[in-house]
Amino acid sequence: MKFAVIVFPGSNCDQDAYHAATAVLGQHAELVWHKDTDLKGADAVILPGGFAHGDYLRTGAMARFSPIMREVRTFADRGGPVIGICNGFQVLLEAGLLPGAMLRNKGLKYRCEFVNIRVEQTDTPFTGGARAGQVLRIPIGHGEGNYYAPPDVVDKLEENRQVIFRYCASDGSSSDESNPNGSVNAIAGICSERRNVVGMMPHPERACESALGGTDGLVILESIVKAFAPA
Amino acid sequence: MRARVFVTLKKSVFDPQGQTIADALHSMGYGTVEDVRQGKYFELDLAASDAAQARALASEVADKLLANPVIESYRVEVD
Repeated sequence: MKFAVIVFPGSNCDQDAYHAATAVLGQHAELVWHKDTDLKGADAVILPGGFAHGDYLRTGAMARFSPIMREVRTFADRGGPVIGICNGFQVLLEAGLLPGAMLRNKGLKYRCEFVNIRVEQTDTPFTGGARAGQVLRIPIGHGEGNYYAPPDVVDKLEENRQVIFRYCASDGSSSDESNPNGSVNAIAGICSERRNVVGMMPHPERACESALGGTDGLVILESIVKAFAPA
Repeated sequence: MRARVFVTLKKSVFDPQGQTIADALHSMGYGTVEDVRQGKYFELDLAASDAAQARALASEVADKLLANPVIESYRVEVD
């Protein structure tokens, strides 16, 4: 299969995502510049982490004006799988492809560390290979990952099972201590109503090789590869 | 004409930066500062014929870009 990794000015996890897709998973991938207007025939789109457009105004706020986002929206509207990682998640929120917004972390600190997240739902293209309740140890690196949505929107996300990852302790239990940024309901990742668009703050591409300190991120990218594997 | 747009987090949204600043002021002895909300300030130079038009234009761009309506509200002043 083929991934498109979108590169905004200020993206800095694009090479990591490209490396994970090609060298680790053995798939095709193409780096697609934000001014391009063509996804190069990709089967799945990755919006990588970083600081798109310098995080000017708000994180992710300017990226929605990048020409490639029109294509990403069309691709998502057709049901194509899209994953936004960290800043990519922030871009999806600002572009209105996912509901909610990000606030400054509750403790005001930029948190860069391994955290545990619990897989809540497995019927998305990016969690199909995981078990419900599986705990993944994956790093985060963000200053604004405190997910917020108005209470009625959060209720709807929960009702529709759109919360797909929650911060937790290593045994899978959730508490204030295991929530690194104050996200409402310990939300670490959500999907769209149609389930093909996924946003998550932790970085699965940074946990795909044991040399990087863990391989728990693999299941997320492998899920999408399996979804496209010839039967 | 010039419009000034003040963007802050909505009252219903916790403002961790404002809270930290309030705590700092309290530790400096300014106990009478009861609350702090941090925000952003924009000055817009507008080609508008009157204040009403300037206000409408500033509100429109605040709705569409300067503020994120999920978490923020704004106030416009025109002169």
